[in-house]
Amino acid sequence: MTIANFPLSFINEINDTMIKSNLIMSYVGDFSQEITKTVLSMTERNFDAEGVGEGVKKKVFNVMVESLQNICKHQYSGEETEGTSSIFTIGATDLHYSVISGNVIHNDKIDAVQSRIDQINSLDADGLKALYKEVRLKSTISEVGGAGLGFIDMARKSGNKLEYRFDTINNELSFFTLLAKISNKE
Amino acid sequence: MEALILAGTEDTPKIILDKASNQFEISGRSLPEDVSVFYQPVLDWLDKYLESPLDQMELAFKLEYFNTASSKLLLDILMKLESVTEKGGNINIKWHYDPKDTDMQEAGEEYADLVSISFELVPM
Repeated sequence: MTIANFPLSFINEINDTMIKSNLIMSYVGDFSQEITKTVLSMTERNFDAEGVGEGVKKKVFNVMVESLQNICKHQYSGEETEGTSSIFTIGATDLHYSVISGNVIHNDKIDAVQSRIDQINSLDADGLKALYKEVRLKSTISEVGGAGLGFIDMARKSGNKLEYRFDTINNELSFFTLLAKISNKE
Repeated sequence: MEALILAGTEDTPKIILDKASNQFEISGRSLPEDVSVFYQPVLDWLDKYLESPLDQMELAFKLEYFNTASSKLLLDILMKLESVTEKGGNINIKWHYDPKDTDMQEAGEEYADLVSISFELVPM
C-alpha cells in the first residue's frame, strides 16, 4: 500500500489515533544503533522541554535503551522484506509513560520469550534484584551482544509488570509487542 | 605501559587507563552496540596491568548511565581486578553517583557486595 493508493486523509487519521492513544512519539522502520541514539536524543530533548522530573526521566531513559536495543538485537532479519519493520513508541498520560516496542520474531522463539517474561512478572522487587544478579553472574555475552538482562531491568526500572502479546503473521513469524509502564510520579 | 585513552561519545564511556600519570577512570554513558568489542581493549589493558600492578591504584567510575550488557562487562572488569592482591598490588574503586540517582547508588552497592576489592561510594 503506497501513499498513492489511499486518500491523504489517512495521515490525519493516523495523527488522530496517535493523539487519542496518547502516543507522543513513534518510529517505524528498521532499527539500528544510530536510530537508538537518535530516538533517545529526541526524547531527552522533549522531556527537558516538558520539564519532566529527573527521576522519571532516568527511568524512562533506562527502559527505552533496553527496549530499543532489544529491537536491534532481536528484530527479524530474514528474507521477507514486506511487513517486517519494527515499531517503537512512547505513550504519555497524567499517570504514566508507556514504552512500547513491536517487532517480528520467529515463532520458535515465542515460548522462550513468553516464559521469561512470565517468570519476571511473577517476582517482586527483591526477587527481580536476585534474578538480575544471578543472570548477570552466570551469563556470557551472546552472539548478538546481549547479556540476557534486558527484560529484568525493564521490569525493575519501570516498577510494573511487563505487558506483551504475540500476533501470528504466518506459520514462521509473529509480531511481538512489549509494553513497560513507568509511573509519572517522582 | 601504554595508556588506553578513549574519548567519551553519545553511547560509549570515556576511558582513561594511564599508569604513567596515575589516572584511571571510566565515565559518561555506556550503551555501545557491541559491549564485547568496546570493552575488549579495556580487559586486555587490565590483563597487562595486572602483570605488574602499582602498589596503589584508584579506579574511578563516574557513569551517568550504563545498559544491561555494560553492567555485565563492568562486573567482569571488577572481578578481573580482584586478582590484583595476588600480584602485590592494591586497588580502591571509587563509585561516583548523583545522590538523586538511587539506581546508580544501588548498582554501586551491589557491585561492592559482589567483589572483594576496596569499594567506596562517592556521592557527587
